[in-house]
Amino acid sequence: MSRTLTTAFLLFSVWLLWSGHTEPLFLAFGVVSVASVILIVRRMDRISGSERADWPRLGFFLYLPWLVWQILKSNIDVARIILSRDLPISPRLVRVTSSQKTPTGKVIHANSITLTPGTLSLDVRDGQILVHALTAESAEAVAAGEIDRRVTRIERGH
Amino acid sequence: MSVFIDILAWACLISGSVFCIIGAVGLLRMPNFWTRAHAAGMTDTMGAGLILLGLMLEAGLTLVTVKLLMVLVFLYLTGPTAGHALFRAAHAYGIPFGEVALENSNLAGRSDAAE
Amino acid sequence: MLSLTMFEVAMAGILVTMLIALIAAVRGPTVFDRLLAINMFGTKTVLLIAVAGFLMGRPEWLDLALVYVLVNFIGAIAVLKFVRFGNLGNDDHEASS
Repeated sequence: MSRTLTTAFLLFSVWLLWSGHTEPLFLAFGVVSVASVILIVRRMDRISGSERADWPRLGFFLYLPWLVWQILKSNIDVARIILSRDLPISPRLVRVTSSQKTPTGKVIHANSITLTPGTLSLDVRDGQILVHALTAESAEAVAAGEIDRRVTRIERGH
Repeated sequence: MSVFIDILAWACLISGSVFCIIGAVGLLRMPNFWTRAHAAGMTDTMGAGLILLGLMLEAGLTLVTVKLLMVLVFLYLTGPTAGHALFRAAHAYGIPFGEVALENSNLAGRSDAAE
Repeated sequence: MLSLTMFEVAMAGILVTMLIALIAAVRGPTVFDRLLAINMFGTKTVLLIAVAGFLMGRPEWLDLALVYVLVNFIGAIAVLKFVRFGNLGNDDHEASS
C-alpha cells in the first residue's frame, strides 16, 4: 500500500512538473492519469509477479560513466568498420555468463551489452546471455565478462 | 564562456549527425540482418546521445534540459529493450546468422545457437 | 546566427538518416530488417522533433518528443508481439527453438 502511495506521489509530481498547469481541470486530468497508470501496473504485477523496487542504487550511478565510456569506444570501432572499404567484420556468437540474481540485474546486464554497438544480446536464459558480436575483438571483450562483474557488484552492494 | 559552450554544442550536434549518417550507411552496407542491427544500434546510442547532449548545452540549466534528459533516459531504456525483443523474435524465427564462429563451445551445448 | 545554423545542420543530418532508413525499410529483405529500419526511423523522429523545437524556438515541442519515444516503444513491442505470435502461435520461448 505504501508502495502504491509512493508511486502515486512520484507520478503526480512528474505530471505537475511536465504540465505546469494548476487549474482544477488539469489537476483532475492528472489524477485520472495517475490512477489509470497505477491500475495498469497492478494488473501487470498480477501476471509477472513484482520485484521489490530497491533500484536504482548508488552503485548504478557510479556504473553509468564507465558504461558511457564503453559505448563511446565501441561506437568509434563500429564507425571505423562501416567506413572502411572492405568491411572487416567477422560475426560470431558468444555465450556470456550472467551471475545476477535479480531480474533487474539481468536486464541491466543484457541492456548494457546491447547498448554497446558491436555486441547484441539475443537471448537470456539459464544464467547465460547469448551475444552476437560483430568482430572477434568485440566478442573477446564481451566474453571477458567485465560488464557481468560490474553489474553483479552493484547488485550485491546496497 | 557562452561562445565556448556554443562551440561545444556545435561539435556535439555535428558529430551526432555524422554518427547517425554513418550508422545509416552501415544499415545499407552490412550483409545480413544481424550485422545491420549493430549499425542501427550505433545511431540510437551515439547519434541520439550526442545530438541531445548538444541541445542540452544550448538550453542551459532549465526545465528544457530536464526534459531532454528524460528523452535521453527513455531512449536508452527503451532502445535496447525493443532491440532485445526484436533480436529474440528474429532468433526464434530462425533468421540465419550466416558464417559465424561459435565461441566458448564448452558452454554452448545447445544446437540452437549454431545454426 | 551561429546557434541558428547549428540546428539546421543537425536537422539535415537527421533527415538524411531517416531517408536512408526508409530506403533500408523498403529494401528489406526480411520483415525483421524492415522492423529494424522502422524502429531506427522512429528514434530519429524523436530527435527531429527535439531539434525542430529548438530551430523554431518552440522548446515545448519536447513534450511531443517525450511522448513519441514511449509511443514508438509500445508500437515496436506490439508489432513484435504480433509478428512473433502470429507466426509461431505459442508464447513458450523455451519450446520454440
